[in-house]
Amino acid sequence: MAAIELNGVVKSFGPITAVNGLDLDVPEGICLGLLGPNGAGKSTTMRLLTGQAIADEGTLRVLGHELPRQSKEARALMGVVPQLDNLDVDVTVEDNLAVYARLYRVADVGAAVDKALDIARLQDRRKDEVDKLSGGMRRRLLLARGLVHEPRLVLLDEPTVGLDPQIRTELWTLIDQLRSRGTTILMSTHYIEEAERLADEVAVMHQGRIISRGRPADLIAEHAGRQTAEIYAPPDRLAELRAEAESSGLRVRPAGPAIAIVGSERASNGFAVPADAVTRAATLEDVFVLLTGEEAE
Amino acid sequence: MNAVPAPARTMRRLEPAAIAGVMSREVANFRTYWKGTTFSSVLEPLVYLLAFGLGLGATLVDDVEGVPYIQFVGTGMVATAVIFSSALPSMFGTFVKHRFQNTYEAILAAPVDVEELVSAEMLWIAIRSSVYGCVPLIVTFFWGLDPAPGMLLVPLFAFITALGFSGFGITMAAVVAKIDQFNYVTALFITPLFLVAGTFFPISGLPEGVQVIANVNPLHQLVELVRGGAFGFEPWDLARFAFLVAFAFITWRVAINRMQARLID
Repeated sequence: MAAIELNGVVKSFGPITAVNGLDLDVPEGICLGLLGPNGAGKSTTMRLLTGQAIADEGTLRVLGHELPRQSKEARALMGVVPQLDNLDVDVTVEDNLAVYARLYRVADVGAAVDKALDIARLQDRRKDEVDKLSGGMRRRLLLARGLVHEPRLVLLDEPTVGLDPQIRTELWTLIDQLRSRGTTILMSTHYIEEAERLADEVAVMHQGRIISRGRPADLIAEHAGRQTAEIYAPPDRLAELRAEAESSGLRVRPAGPAIAIVGSERASNGFAVPADAVTRAATLEDVFVLLTGEEAE
Repeated sequence: MNAVPAPARTMRRLEPAAIAGVMSREVANFRTYWKGTTFSSVLEPLVYLLAFGLGLGATLVDDVEGVPYIQFVGTGMVATAVIFSSALPSMFGTFVKHRFQNTYEAILAAPVDVEELVSAEMLWIAIRSSVYGCVPLIVTFFWGLDPAPGMLLVPLFAFITALGFSGFGITMAAVVAKIDQFNYVTALFITPLFLVAGTFFPISGLPEGVQVIANVNPLHQLVELVRGGAFGFEPWDLARFAFLVAFAFITWRVAINRMQARLID
């Protein structure tokens, strides 16, 4: 059963093609991480799903509703947590939630607000204006606002972008709780750790389309092998080693001041991993950089 | 993969629940800033009323068309209060909510479409404006204006006119690129409309070409309707009311069209 089905979706803005032949199925009950660098088309995909962008080509279905024709019906069943904080800052916490409970046609607004306050752990701050809350509380409220109508599908658009590590961890705990309740989640992110930590499956998006998809462990095994060797040396030496490794069929990626030889356990054909290399288990970051050519965050 | 079955509920256009939801957001916000808005919306027309009505009335003009000048201005000032409390908040409010606060992105992620969003914003502004619009009339009672049954229709006239100017303001917010371009809108539209509405002097004294422009000025129609309510209606007033309804309808549809283009990629 697919909560989201996108087939051959194209969306251009003038000369820029933001989404370029996107095919994406999100089965019900999973958390799919849409992982890609900035400009990969993740936010445009989110806007297409909420009816705020209309595809030039392709078909979109959300929870059985065809977009854009039945977008309103689909939106009634999904919750959206935006990348940018767009809470009403002068209004109280509970009024922020109550407004969205009404917009989602919730029958018992008071009960829905209470439940959302429990999720955000903000019961004791319900009468406070939003601009009196800490950054972490505001993000929790933003998440709770997207859940006030108990949606079957939640779109999380870069849910922790720009947050400090402590707030990010708080948010991850809340998203984990949501997963455990069986809510379908589509989460766009450009943080590798976030995708690895939260997503059942990861779809790597690059230049407007999905270039690889699978469980994080499967993606690592498929694209990066078992281990990665990081080598720190002067630039000339690194260039030499890179050329040698690549000529013997190994994949090499930049890793800050170092190079990383991905799948270094497969080294052969006369190339030996230097003894001073730091060897570690291959990660999703290795996969991301190999596939997209972009440095990970 | 099979898609999950769609629920039976089909959503219609212009759902009252969606409009009420958007308005409830406006009400929640208004509760936090109503004092400042009310203060300026009441004080501004009062300053004009006192400056022109008492100033000119005491020195240059005794009465106009048989009406004491302060009562002539006081009834006309309803239109000034309406345009100031509808066009300007719609312009600035819409621009700020869209470009700076990303409020509309959140609302449109809910089951609300642009038509409902714009309609709710216009209705809320018009309700507010129809209340603020009555203030100059009430103040003029203290300068001898006699209450008349026709005045009970003034909130309705103000409401319909404010709907039109709110639609105009939302349209302007959708088409300008930067907030400072509202200076052009104010200088080119709002100030001239306000000055040639017949508030401070009868438009019959204006050059013929300007009279033609004044006659298609919705504010002038409102001024005449308010004076009709205070001093007696004329058969023409029905046409004036129809003109205001048409103005509100046209700006409503144009505002929806422009906001749709602005909000949906």
